[in-house]
Amino acid sequence: MEKERLPAAPPAAAPLPAAKAEKSRREWLRDFLALGAAGLLLPGCEALEKNPALQAFFQKHFQEMSKEELREVLARLEKQYTEQYGQPVSVKATPPKEGVSFAYALDISRCIGCRRCVYGCVAENNQSRTPQVHWISVLEMDKEKGVDLDESDIYYEAETVPRPGKFYMPVACHHCNKAPCVKVCPVHATWQEQDGIVVIDYDWCIGCRCCMSACPYGARRFNWGKPAVPSEEFNPEIDYLGNRPRPKGVVEKCCFCVQRVRQGKYPKCVEVCPVGARKFGNLLDPKSEVRYILENKRVFILKEELKTLPRFYYYFGI
Amino acid sequence: MDVKRSKPLLLALGALLSGGLIIVLARSEESPPTPEKTKDAQPKDKPKDKEDASQKKENPPEQKEGQAAQTNQAKEESAPGDVIAVAPPPFTPGIFPCSGCHDEREPNPTPRQLKKRHKEIVLKHGDPDRWCTDCHTLNNIDKLHLANGKLVDFTESYKLCGQCHGERLRDWKAGEHGKRTGSWDGKKEYLLCATCHNPHSPKFQPLKPLPPPKRPRER
Repeated sequence: MEKERLPAAPPAAAPLPAAKAEKSRREWLRDFLALGAAGLLLPGCEALEKNPALQAFFQKHFQEMSKEELREVLARLEKQYTEQYGQPVSVKATPPKEGVSFAYALDISRCIGCRRCVYGCVAENNQSRTPQVHWISVLEMDKEKGVDLDESDIYYEAETVPRPGKFYMPVACHHCNKAPCVKVCPVHATWQEQDGIVVIDYDWCIGCRCCMSACPYGARRFNWGKPAVPSEEFNPEIDYLGNRPRPKGVVEKCCFCVQRVRQGKYPKCVEVCPVGARKFGNLLDPKSEVRYILENKRVFILKEELKTLPRFYYYFGI
Repeated sequence: MDVKRSKPLLLALGALLSGGLIIVLARSEESPPTPEKTKDAQPKDKPKDKEDASQKKENPPEQKEGQAAQTNQAKEESAPGDVIAVAPPPFTPGIFPCSGCHDEREPNPTPRQLKKRHKEIVLKHGDPDRWCTDCHTLNNIDKLHLANGKLVDFTESYKLCGQCHGERLRDWKAGEHGKRTGSWDGKKEYLLCATCHNPHSPKFQPLKPLPPPKRPRER
């Protein structure tokens, strides 16, 4: 009986079978991994279609999206913001119009420094309330010293403005034709559109802040904390490249109210300015206000010597 | 042995490839219209482009005429007296028509200190000898009048202001002076001079500024 059993028993204890067992474990591992990979990949397609987090992760650069992809992204964002802010939100990505080249003119002989533009912009463009983000800085300067940025003050407080002996100079993004911020961005997250607006793809920005150090006008803002906009103050008319909610850790700045101007409206700061010091229009339209100003008024460019070729002009209307 | 060992590897590779293929197929099913369309469209478009170009060569005068017509229209729109989209004159509620009260009394052209009505009006507009009837019309109180005696509605008060402030009127018509709302690309809305400047005391009133930004540490 034992002799009969022996030949059957040894294979299990013998050295060769031991090697076989090790091999089978490796094989099992390989098979398992292969199946796992296949299993992940096959339903992966379905998951990609359904899971917004995955879709956001695989989202392309704005300029590389096909129309179909862009439509999907806009629909996803619309749904996301509608849920987040509890009101119907429209997310568009209106393309620039042909034959349009935007420019902005600001009359510093009329600006009284009331900061209506600053807060109009905050409301229109869904800027974070806490931590506070302002796209426009209004500089107060001495009339005696002229445009002297070193002597300027953005924290001025007064009962009424304009204060005697002072003048005011609001500064925001100048939408330069040779924008240093665009040049330095290592991931091409910011660029100039056909109509001259320098825009940011907030989903592509890596938050390195190179653009902030490159901008000679200090126009760019960094989201150090998670931006917070109260739902009741949220502006639901949104453009992908403009006023959509920004995540923490990205750079933002004035977008010429792209969500308004590409629908034919004036930027919000132009509409709220109580003294009509802010002018906006199409440079290619000879009848536009900005053309009239450039042709008839005393115009100057801030830091012209840097040759950034801004689309933002200061002028003396009086 | 090698073949046997590589079998699972091959399996895995196969799985990966098939997975990849499925993804590619799924994507190509969604996206093909764009490349195909462009490919199809290109050869068709080329002759069209040529046609277009030839048409363009023939057409430009017409287009220019069209543009000229448009600009003419625009000019007419912004010309004085023609329709300019404006906000209504900023009357105190219930005060207009002025004839509602003034018809009941005899007009008194003598310059004097008003004691009952319109006491709040402070005349601080240029010449200290200015008087109501310099702008308002004595016997037609619902209208203003120009220096030449021509009657003007309150909705056209800019014509009256422009008699002295011609440069401002010119800038205002061009959209430089004063606020513009509406559409930069289409219908633009003007405000009347009197909407921002109190005609009796036109100097722009100081405003309380909104709060300053928080300093970096307070944000």
